[in-house]
Amino acid sequence: MNYELLGITVLWIFLYGYLIVASVDFGAGFFSYYSEVTGNKQLIQPIIERYLSPVWEVTNVFLIFFMVGLIGFFPDTAYYYGTSLLIPGSIAVILLAIRGSYYAFSTYGAKNNRFYLFLYGASGWLIPASLSTVLIISEGGFIEIVNGDVQFQYMKLFTSPYAWTVIGLALISVLYISSMFLTYYAYKAKDHKAFEIVRKYALTWSAPTIIASLLVFFAIQNHNLEHFERMVELSWMFVISFICFIVAVYFVWKRKNLGWAFIFVMFQFAFAFFGYGASHLPYILYPYINIHEHFTNQTMAIALVTVFILGLLLLVPSLYLLMRLFLFDIKYVQGHKNPPK
Amino acid sequence: MFSSYDPVIFSRILTSLTLIFHIIFATIGVGVPVMIALAEWIGIKRNDSHYLLLARRWARGFTITVAVGVVTGTAIGLQLSLLWPKFMQVAGQSIALPLFMETFAFFFEAIFLGIYLYTWDRFKNKMTHFYLLIPVVIGSSASAFFITIVNAFMNAPQGFDIDAATGKIINVQPLVAMFNPATSTKVAHVLVSAYLTSAFVLAGIAAISILRGRKHVYYKKALKLTMVAALIFSIGTAIIGDLSGKYLAQYQPEKLAAAEWHFETTDQAPLIIGGILTEDNEVKYGLEIPLALSILAHGSPDAEVIGINDLPEDEIPPLWIHYMFDLMALIGVTLMLISLTYIIGQKVGRWNVHNKWLLRFIALGGPLAMLAIEFGWIFAEVGRQPWILRGYMKTADAATTSSHVDTMLIVFSLLYIVLGFTCVKVILKMFKNYPAEEEIASKGGKL
Repeated sequence: MNYELLGITVLWIFLYGYLIVASVDFGAGFFSYYSEVTGNKQLIQPIIERYLSPVWEVTNVFLIFFMVGLIGFFPDTAYYYGTSLLIPGSIAVILLAIRGSYYAFSTYGAKNNRFYLFLYGASGWLIPASLSTVLIISEGGFIEIVNGDVQFQYMKLFTSPYAWTVIGLALISVLYISSMFLTYYAYKAKDHKAFEIVRKYALTWSAPTIIASLLVFFAIQNHNLEHFERMVELSWMFVISFICFIVAVYFVWKRKNLGWAFIFVMFQFAFAFFGYGASHLPYILYPYINIHEHFTNQTMAIALVTVFILGLLLLVPSLYLLMRLFLFDIKYVQGHKNPPK
Repeated sequence: MFSSYDPVIFSRILTSLTLIFHIIFATIGVGVPVMIALAEWIGIKRNDSHYLLLARRWARGFTITVAVGVVTGTAIGLQLSLLWPKFMQVAGQSIALPLFMETFAFFFEAIFLGIYLYTWDRFKNKMTHFYLLIPVVIGSSASAFFITIVNAFMNAPQGFDIDAATGKIINVQPLVAMFNPATSTKVAHVLVSAYLTSAFVLAGIAAISILRGRKHVYYKKALKLTMVAALIFSIGTAIIGDLSGKYLAQYQPEKLAAAEWHFETTDQAPLIIGGILTEDNEVKYGLEIPLALSILAHGSPDAEVIGINDLPEDEIPPLWIHYMFDLMALIGVTLMLISLTYIIGQKVGRWNVHNKWLLRFIALGGPLAMLAIEFGWIFAEVGRQPWILRGYMKTADAATTSSHVDTMLIVFSLLYIVLGFTCVKVILKMFKNYPAEEEIASKGGKL
C-alpha cells in the first residue's frame, strides 16, 4: 500500500469513528429533549446522561483529528475546501459550539433548564447535516475557478437534489444509529421501561434510513455518473451493508442479541461508508484534488504516519480504559455507581 | 459595514476575536489541571479533606470552562482553514506534524478528564484517582506545547526550502521546523504564564470569598496554596520573559525595536516605559531606564541594539504594540509583588495576610493576569505583522478571497457574547447553590 492510500484510509477510518460516536452522541441529545417534550424524561434521561457524560469530549476529537490529518496529508485541501466552505463550515462551527457548551451547561450546571436542553438537542441533530456539505461538495460541480480563485456556487448547492438527499440521510441516520445504541445500552442497564421506548425509536427510524440511503445512491447517478459507476462496481459492499441492516433490525424486533444488533449497525455503516469512500477515490475533491497528485511530501508523510502509530499506542489503551469503566462496567451502566453531584 | 469589503481585514478581526475569546479558556485549561493536581496531592499527603474538596470544586468549575475551551478551540481550528486557506496550504506541508501531535495530546487529555471527573470515590486507594489526573495535566500542557510550536514557526520559520523555479516547498525537515529558534522561549512563556494566571484566578476567587465574610479555614488554605504557586510561577514567567527578549533581539529585531520604540541603533540602549509618540517619532513623557534595553536584548549594558531606522520600512510592525508589551510586563511585575507580599506576610507571621487591602489586590490579580495574557498575545501577533509566516508569506496574501467574512464576523461576535455570558452565569449559579461550607458539612466535616 502506498503512503497516499494509507493516509486516506487512516483518515477515513477516523471519519467513520466520528460518524458512529457522534451519531450516538447527537442523537442521544435529540432524544433527551424529545423525551422532555413527550413527558418520558424520567424514564430515559438517566440512561442517556450516564453514557454521554464521560465521553462527549472524546467525540469532538475524532473530527479535529480528521481535519488536521486531511490538511497534513493533503495540504491543498486546505486551500480549496477552506475557501469554498466559509459559510457551511462556519455554520458547523457554530452548531458544534452551541452543542458542546450547552451540553456542559445543562449537564453540570443548570440541570433543569429546558431551553439549554433544547439548544443542545437541536444543534447536535443538525451538526451531521451541516458537516455533510463537505461530502456533497467533494462530488464536484459546486466550485468554479475564476482567475485562479476558488469560487463557491451557493445557488447550485441549494438547488441540487443530490445535496438534499445527503442532508436527509444525515438527519435520519443520526436518529437511527443513536436509538439502536441506546436500545442496547438500556437493555444492558436492565432498564425495561427505557428499553421499550428507545426500541420503538430505533424501529421507527430504520425504514427511513434505508429509503434515504437509496435516494442518495440514485441521486449520485445524476450528479456524478463516473462516481456512480464505480459505486456499482463495488455494489457487493452495499449489498452486505443492506444485509447487516436487516439482521440488526431483526434482532431489535425480536428483542434478542442486542449487542450484536448494534455491531451489525456498525457493519451496515462501515460497508456503506467504505464502499462510498473507495468509489470516491482517487478524488478528494472532484476533479481538482486527487490523492496521487496532491499528496504531501514524502518526509512529512513518513513523519505523520510515525506519529500516528505512536499516538495509537497511547490512545488505544486509554480508550479501552474509558470503555471498561463506563461502557462495559455493568455496575456503572446500571447506575449503581453514580457520578457525584 | 464599510464602503469597500476587504476580506483580509475581516479575516484578521474575526481571527483575533476567536483567539481573544479562546485564549481565556485555553489558559484556564492548561493551568487549572496543575492546580487541581497540587491540591489533590497535598490533600492526600496531609490527609486533609479541605484540599481534596478544593480539588473537587475546582474540577467541577473546570468542566464548564473546558467545554467552552473545546468548542472555541474547534472553532479556531476550522477558522484557520476557512480564513487563511493559503497559509494552511503551506503550513500543511511544513508544520503539520505538531498540529497532528496536538490532536493526540488533546485526545489523551479528553479521555482521562472524562475518567477523572466520574471516578471520585470509585477507588479504594486515593492515589489511583490522583494518578488519573496526571495524563490530563500532561495532555493539556502538551496541547499548549504543540500549538505554541506552530506559532513559534510562524515567527521563525525554518526546516524547508522554496524551489526558486516552481515556488513549491521542498526539502522539508519536520523536526527542524518544530524546534525553531522561537520554540523554547515561546513555549516556556506560554506554559508558565498559563500556570501563573490560573493560580491567580483561583486565588482571586478565594480572596473574594474571604472579603465577603466567609470565615472557614478552607478559603485560607486555598489562598495560601494558590499564592505560593503564583509566586513561583511569576518568578518563572519573569525569567523566561527576559530570555524571550534575547530571542527577539537575535531573530526578530523589528518586533523588539517596535515594542521598545527604539529608533536609532546604539549600544547602551535605554528602555522606554510608557510615553507617547509625536508625529516625527519622538518619544515624550516616557520613563527611561538607562542601559536596560541593552541588558534585556543581549545581557550586557554595552551591547548594540538594532533600531527601527536600520530595518526595512515595510517590515516594521505597528508601533502601538509598545503599550501591549508594557502593560503585559507591568502586570507581570505587579502579580509578583502581590504574591511576594502575601508570602512575606505569611513568613513574618505578625502581619495579617487576610487584611482587606491585600485581599483586594489578590482579587484584582485574577482579571489582571488574564489581561496580561491578552496583551501578550496581541503583542506577539501584531508584532509579527506584516508577516503571517515571517520572511515568506505576508498576512494580506494568505487570507481567503471569499465574500461574507463580514457577516461571519457578526455571527461569531454574537456567539461569543452568548457563550461567555451563559458560561459565567452557569458557573456562578453552580457555586452559589452549593457553597463550600455546605459541602464540607455534607461530607461530615467540621464547620
